[in-house]
Amino acid sequence: MEVKEKKEKGQEGVLKRIAGPVVTAVNIDAHMYDVVKVGHEELMGEVIKIQGDETIIQVYEDTSGIRPGEPVTNTGLSLAVELGPGLLTSIYDGIQRPLSVLVDKMGDFIQRGVSAPGLDHQKKWEFRPLVKEGDKVSPGTIIGEVQETNIVHRILVPPNVQGGTVKSIKRGSFTIEEIICTLDSGVELTMMQKWPVRVPRPVMEKMNPTIPLITGQRILDGLFPIAKGGTAAIPGPFGSGKTVTQQQLAKWSDAEIVVYIGCGERGNEMTEVLTEFPELEDPKTGKPLMERTVLIANTSNMPVAAREASVYTGITIAEYFRDMGYDVSLMADSTSRWAEAMREISSRLEEMPGEEGYPAYLAARLSEFYERAGLVKALCGKNGSVSVIGAVSPPGGDFSEPVTQNTLRIVKVFWALDAKLSQRRHFPAINWLNSYSLYLDTLHDWYDKEVSPEWNVLRSWAMEVLQKEAELQEIVQLVGSDALPEAEQLTIEIARMIREIFLQQNAYDPVDTFCDMAKQYDMMKAIKGFADLAYAAQTAGVSPAQIISIKSKNDLPQIKFIKDYKPELERIQKNMDSEINTLRSSA
Amino acid sequence: MKEYRTISKIAGPLVFVEKTEPVGYGELVNIALWDGSIKRGQVLDTSDSLVVVQVFETTAGIGRDSGVRFLGETIKMPVGKEMLGRILSGGGKPIDGGPEIVPEKRLDITGAAINPYARASPEEFIQTGISTIDGTNTLVRGQKLPIFSGAGLPHNNIALQIARQSKVLGSQEAFAVVFAAMGITKEEANHFMQDFERTGALERAVVFLNLADDPAVERIITPRLALTTAEYLAFELDMHVLVILTDMTNYCEALRQIGAAREEVPGRRGYPGYMYTDLAGIYERAGIIKGKKGSITQFPILTMPGDDITHPIPDLTGYITEGQIVVSRELHRKGIYPPINVLPSLSRLMNLGIGKEHTREDHKKVSDQLYAAYAEGNDLRGLVAIVGKDALSERDRMFLEFADLFENRFVRQGYDEDRSIFETLDGGWNLLATLPVEQLVRIDRDLINKYHPKFRQGAKAQG
Ligand SMILES: Nc1ncnc2c1ncn2[C@@H]1O[C@H](COP(=O)(O)OP(=O)(O)OP(=O)(O)O)[C@@H](O)[C@H]1O
Ligand SMILES: [Mg+2]
Repeated sequence: MEVKEKKEKGQEGVLKRIAGPVVTAVNIDAHMYDVVKVGHEELMGEVIKIQGDETIIQVYEDTSGIRPGEPVTNTGLSLAVELGPGLLTSIYDGIQRPLSVLVDKMGDFIQRGVSAPGLDHQKKWEFRPLVKEGDKVSPGTIIGEVQETNIVHRILVPPNVQGGTVKSIKRGSFTIEEIICTLDSGVELTMMQKWPVRVPRPVMEKMNPTIPLITGQRILDGLFPIAKGGTAAIPGPFGSGKTVTQQQLAKWSDAEIVVYIGCGERGNEMTEVLTEFPELEDPKTGKPLMERTVLIANTSNMPVAAREASVYTGITIAEYFRDMGYDVSLMADSTSRWAEAMREISSRLEEMPGEEGYPAYLAARLSEFYERAGLVKALCGKNGSVSVIGAVSPPGGDFSEPVTQNTLRIVKVFWALDAKLSQRRHFPAINWLNSYSLYLDTLHDWYDKEVSPEWNVLRSWAMEVLQKEAELQEIVQLVGSDALPEAEQLTIEIARMIREIFLQQNAYDPVDTFCDMAKQYDMMKAIKGFADLAYAAQTAGVSPAQIISIKSKNDLPQIKFIKDYKPELERIQKNMDSEINTLRSSA
Repeated sequence: MKEYRTISKIAGPLVFVEKTEPVGYGELVNIALWDGSIKRGQVLDTSDSLVVVQVFETTAGIGRDSGVRFLGETIKMPVGKEMLGRILSGGGKPIDGGPEIVPEKRLDITGAAINPYARASPEEFIQTGISTIDGTNTLVRGQKLPIFSGAGLPHNNIALQIARQSKVLGSQEAFAVVFAAMGITKEEANHFMQDFERTGALERAVVFLNLADDPAVERIITPRLALTTAEYLAFELDMHVLVILTDMTNYCEALRQIGAAREEVPGRRGYPGYMYTDLAGIYERAGIIKGKKGSITQFPILTMPGDDITHPIPDLTGYITEGQIVVSRELHRKGIYPPINVLPSLSRLMNLGIGKEHTREDHKKVSDQLYAAYAEGNDLRGLVAIVGKDALSERDRMFLEFADLFENRFVRQGYDEDRSIFETLDGGWNLLATLPVEQLVRIDRDLINKYHPKFRQGAKAQG
């Protein structure tokens, strides 16, 4: 199966000008976003502007040494990814070249002019058909499956071919190039399809998300949840925890497939994922996390044009798994680097700059990208989702800049990282006052049913206490904490407990790194339990200082680090009860 | 090789040449002046009608009559074993009176990106002997950890102390040092050179000097020459290399100067929009490669204009490097050396290099607790200034005192004081012991029982 070619192949032109990653060719009759081969070394590029006889091309590889007069060939195809068995556990650059293959072909450093297909075309996969001769199939229909890792890879009729009646279908071991199914219309299907990255894959219907993506991170699931199929942005200054949070989501979120895009960030961070993920187990399936993961790594020092493409490569792969009926979550770290790649290319095109030099189409590109998230009824009839979580790296940590602002206009969840918190080693350094989730209402019922009817009440209570604390802190800053009324001194203490026990979560602790909803609920309930006891005792005349200094309360934070925490929690609760009672009886 | 005399325009560091044969992008250029001297440059933009050349030195003396030769290749650095112990200019020419470098190889200075798949995780603890680094912002081999400083602060001494004391526990092997100076004063350079000579480090060092009065544009290539050398030493000669780049602020100024000369649309505060990518091309040249013995650890030093950490130079650097060590004017004024403020400082790779296998099992928790307690005490200083000490609760007063103790005992140390990691951690515990045990919420009970001085002494007395 090939993507339908709308144009003539093999047009040749010549290079006229080279200025970094943007080159100009003449005498070539190309269309926008055609993939072209540049120079004698056939570097891969993409047409991004056409002006009279001049075709302007962004090149995905380093252009040093390339001269005017060298040839340019148009492939007539759009930038597309290969989709099929073999995607999972892969690590790709921004244009889907497998980095492991590049190491084999050119050593430890990335040289240019080497092409490598996204999938292994030699490897055989065991194909099990799910339709039989005579069955009607249409675009998106699942015709069979392959056990790829512990994940079943469903083989779909590509969305862009005509359906029909199955004339023949095979069972057995095949490469992704071999024909496994033919239709009466003459269409021949393999296990691989290609899809142009800049075009969203079609779906039957887009639906409103109603189920949270459970991440095991208390502040996210508990206070600011994202829905499966939702969008979230996590902006923050350097070192505030964007990458750690994204990696936590990649590790522990209850998505079935994870696509992680390292877009213009550090090489060592990708290495970390590569070394860590195969060792970690999915808490749900017990299988290595790597088996459900696809990595895209176009680090900061790799070509910017490929960085621009990396985001599209990633989301197309995510959509493909969604089309099989999976819940996919996609992390893009960092969308700011993607926006900067756009800016760099745009400025080389001498386009009229918009705000802070970003191109005027920045907002449009961002919203097109986030719009590819969603809960859908796929063409195959199953429900699938793509949740998108984008990191944003605002210059100077100032959220008023264009990328943050344009992103916030689109996404439904805002996790605001705060340098003040990270400097204090309060992690995750997500500011509980500025962050929000617009999914709270739609997810309300789910929490009611799946966690506890009390949960939503507890959540609102916690938010109120935190809000109140912020107001009280302002007073404390002026008069000191001893001047506060007694009940409010307790509020300050209870807010501290919410922050230190519930909100703070250590990503590096083997137990605390993941906290399921049941434990989140128990923890919050324990804090609320203490609060109730405390206020009652205070009303009965016990001084806040005495209440605050009960011994058993100090054991509460330890719960986080205990796997089978229930007996210990019960013990602490009992002790808190009796300590407070003792205080009350002597009051 | 053809010589062109078709210069049509000279603007700042840029020379525009017309009617050439096809010239490659990034190619090296020699410009011959009337007096026979040669200036070097690089092609920034090439087309069939016009070639734009960026000259590395000043364009003083270049005229329409100057001859331009395109050398047909990108800039290469000759590298060889004999480079150790040598002092080179910021353009890579020997300036120590010694012979030319006999090249074993000529390497492209841009340096290809390390394939992320080929990288190995840095995880070997480097003991610098400085508590604020080893204890709370641990450095590992293969990391890039910049020093964010300000004008007039002792960042050079800190860098020298690190270079001098750094060692990997259980390994005898000394680091090779590649030192690249960009736009620093002769006096500062002398300070470095004298220390290298005093400690014998020069024998294991390659020094590149672009001083304040050397051409600014040359600074663009100095760090690249240095890193090309470092890669050769690390990945071909199996050495562990420490690269010190100072001062990255001067590098960025040179970048801005070229951007302005090219009439590019400027980004924040006039720095080019591609400065992030450009800096990444330097900082990402650190790390470890699977199957190779050597490593590159980077210490870029930069002075924050106006001590402003949100200024584009520290900001973009912080977004690329694996943490930062922040030098504080306030601590310096208090007379504390090294005046490292741990609160905004960070080592992102710390977790990989500490713990039972690398340092000690209590390392992480002690560090977290020290941070939390110091941060709390430091916050209270602001409050005390308004409400006075008397308005504080007893608990708050203890944290306030802790902050002072932390600065005076943990942060403060001698320029030649080389603390072992165990001294650092035990010092941390001694400070934590001034707080009530139940305030140490970040540390598990078993660790407290094992390492807290109160219990430790008890255990000793019994045993
Ligand atoms: N949940 C967490 N638990 C423990 N430590 C954390 C957590 N989140 C962040 N950290 C600490 O903060 C450091 C910086 O986090 P991270 O690398 O995610 O920052 P970032 O926002 O991605 O920065 P940059 O924009 O420079 O990439 C980490 O190395 C880690 O030490
Ligand atoms: Mg990050």
